[in-house]
Amino acid sequence: MFRHVSTGKTRNKLLSGAATFILGAVAIAHSAQATEELNALVWCDHTDPALIEPFEKKYDVKVNLKEYEGTGAGLSIIEQSRPGDWDVFVIDGVDVHRAVEMDLLAEIPADALPTADLFPEVVMAGNNTLDGKTYAVTEKFGYNTISFDKTKVDPKDMEDMSVIWSDKYAGRIAVYDYYLPVIGLVGLGLGIDTADLGADDMDAIKEKLFAMKKVSKQVGEVVSSQTALATGEVDILVGGGEWITAVLSEDKPNLDWVIPKQGGLRWAQSIAVMKDSAKPDLALKFVQYIMSPEGQARLSTSSCFWGMPANAKAGANLSDAQKAALRWDDQPAYLANSQLYPIPDADLDAQIQDAWVEMLQQ
Amino acid sequence: MATTTLETRENRRAWGFVTPALLWTVAFFVIPFIVMAAISLATRKGRELVMMWNLDNYVTFFEKAHLLKGLFVSLEITFTVTFISILLAYPLAWIIAERVPQKWQRMALIMAILPFWTSYVVRSYSWLLVLAKNGVINNTLMQIGLIAEPLEMASTRSATVIGFVHFFVMLLTLTIYANLVQMPPNYRRAAADLGANGFQVFWHVVLPLTLPGIMVGAFLTFVLCIGDYITPQILGGNNELALPQIIMLQLGRRADFPMAATLSIILMGVVTLAYIACARWLKMERT
Repeated sequence: MFRHVSTGKTRNKLLSGAATFILGAVAIAHSAQATEELNALVWCDHTDPALIEPFEKKYDVKVNLKEYEGTGAGLSIIEQSRPGDWDVFVIDGVDVHRAVEMDLLAEIPADALPTADLFPEVVMAGNNTLDGKTYAVTEKFGYNTISFDKTKVDPKDMEDMSVIWSDKYAGRIAVYDYYLPVIGLVGLGLGIDTADLGADDMDAIKEKLFAMKKVSKQVGEVVSSQTALATGEVDILVGGGEWITAVLSEDKPNLDWVIPKQGGLRWAQSIAVMKDSAKPDLALKFVQYIMSPEGQARLSTSSCFWGMPANAKAGANLSDAQKAALRWDDQPAYLANSQLYPIPDADLDAQIQDAWVEMLQQ
Repeated sequence: MATTTLETRENRRAWGFVTPALLWTVAFFVIPFIVMAAISLATRKGRELVMMWNLDNYVTFFEKAHLLKGLFVSLEITFTVTFISILLAYPLAWIIAERVPQKWQRMALIMAILPFWTSYVVRSYSWLLVLAKNGVINNTLMQIGLIAEPLEMASTRSATVIGFVHFFVMLLTLTIYANLVQMPPNYRRAAADLGANGFQVFWHVVLPLTLPGIMVGAFLTFVLCIGDYITPQILGGNNELALPQIIMLQLGRRADFPMAATLSIILMGVVTLAYIACARWLKMERT
C-alpha cells in the first residue's frame, strides 16, 4: 500500500523529522552529561522514551535499557553478565521466586511500595514475596488469549479455545512465540488448569500443539505477531490480547480480543531491584517512579504494548479512550476467568521447551 | 655459512610477519574453539553447568528428531540457495565480462553489488514486505489479473531462499567475473578454429576454466548461508528451524551452553566437510 503525500505535507514531515533529530541530538547530549547511569533489563514496553525521560530528567540520570522476551532469555543474559551489571530487572510475576532462589534480587522495604493502591488480584504476594520479604512488585498485567480481526472471522468462533487447532481458519492463524502462555492456553483448551500442568499432560498438549502448528501460518515474537495481525497477513493471533490490539485501537478498530469460555492466561510483570546493584537507592527510586500513578499510566500505554496498570490510581492519569481500549471496566470479569502462567520446574521446563521446538519443526 | 645466516634472517623476518596473524588466530579462534569443544562435553543440569566430560549432547542431537531436522533444513536450504545462485550469477557475470563495454564494467559491478550496501536485517525485512499477502508482488499480480487470491510467499522456506539468493548472487557474480576476465580470449578462438561450436567452446573450455571461480563463490555461499540466523528467522516465519536458529534457542531461552556448543561444533564439522569437498578448487596457488 502506498500513500501519496503532498509537497506541503512532505515539507512538514521533513521539518518535523529535522526537529525530532535535533531534539534527539539534544537528548543524547543531555544524557551524555548525566551524572549517573542505571542499567535495567526490561520488557520492550519500558523502552518508550515517554516513560523513561521524565525519570531521567528528574534524577539527572541516564537509564540504559536492554529488552528481552521470556524469563529464560532474561536469566540467560544475566548469566552472561558480571555481577553488578544490572540494577533493575523486569520479570514475569510467576518467575520472581526463581530469580530469588538464584540470589539475584534484593529485598525491597514493603513500606517503599504503594501496595495498598494495587488491584488486589494482582498484588500476587505469593509470587512477589518469600519468607515474609518483598522482592518485587507487580507493575502491569493483561491477558494472553485470542486476538482477531472481527471483520474477517466470526467472533463467536473465538469464544471456544478449540478454534486454535481447528481447520476452519487454517493458514490464517499466527502464534505468539512464547512457549509458556501458548502451552498454558492449549492446556486450558484441554481442561487443564495452569497450576496443575505436569509432565503427564505433555503428550496430550503436544498433540494439540502440533495440530495448531499445522493450521497456523507463522510463529513470531511481539512485533512480527502484531504486524501480521495489523497488516492482514493473518486474522487470528494465538497468545494475543489487549497488549496487541489496544495500542492499535485508533488505527485498527477492526482488531478485537476475547477470553474464551475455557478461560485465558493472565500475564503479570513484576519489577525488582538487583541484589548486586551498585546503586540500590537509585534503582529503588526507579521502581517507585514506575509504580507511581504517572509512571503507571505511561507504562500501561507504552508504545511497544499496552496493558493494565497494577496501580488502580493510574486511572486518574488515563483518558477515557485509553481506559476503554484497556477495557478498564471489564477487569473484574476478566480477572475471574483467567489463570496465571504455568510455573514449571527445571525438568518440566526443559520438556515444555523441547515440545515447543518440536512444534516449530513440524 | 653466509647462506645459512641469510636463511636464518629470512626465516626470522617471515616469522615476524606471520606472528601477529598467528597470535590473532590462536587467541580468537583456536582457544575459543577448544573452550567451545570442552563445553560441548559438559552437561546442563537444571540451571547448573556440570563438567561431566561425556558425549551425551552429541547422542542427544542424533536421538532427538527435531534437533537433527535442523541440520537437514539447513543443508536443504543451503544447497538450494547455492545452486540457484550459481545459475543466476553465471549469466550475469558472463554478460558483465563479455557483453558490457569495458569502460562500463566497473559501473555494472558496482550496480551488481549495490545490495551489499544496505543493512542485512533491513534487506530481509524489506523482502518480507515485498512477499507479504498485501505486498508488492501479490498486489501487482492481482492488479494485472494473473491471480485472484494472494500467493502465500512470506513466512515460508521459499521466502528464506529468495532472501538468501538475492544476497549471494552478488557474491558469486564477483568470483565468477574475476575468473572470466582473467581467461585469455585466445583459448576460445583456438577451440573455435578447431571446429567447436559455441556450446562446445563453453562446455569444454570456458566452464572448466571458470570452475575455480564458481567453487570459491559456492563455498563462500555455503559457509555464510549455513551459519546464517537472521534470514530464516525473519523470512521463514519460524515454520521450520535451521540449525543456527536452534543454537540461538539453546542460548537465548535455555542458557544451555553445552548443547549450543555441541550444535556449533556439528555445524563446523559440516563446513569442514564442505571445505574438503571443494579443496581441490580452493587452492590459492596457480597451477
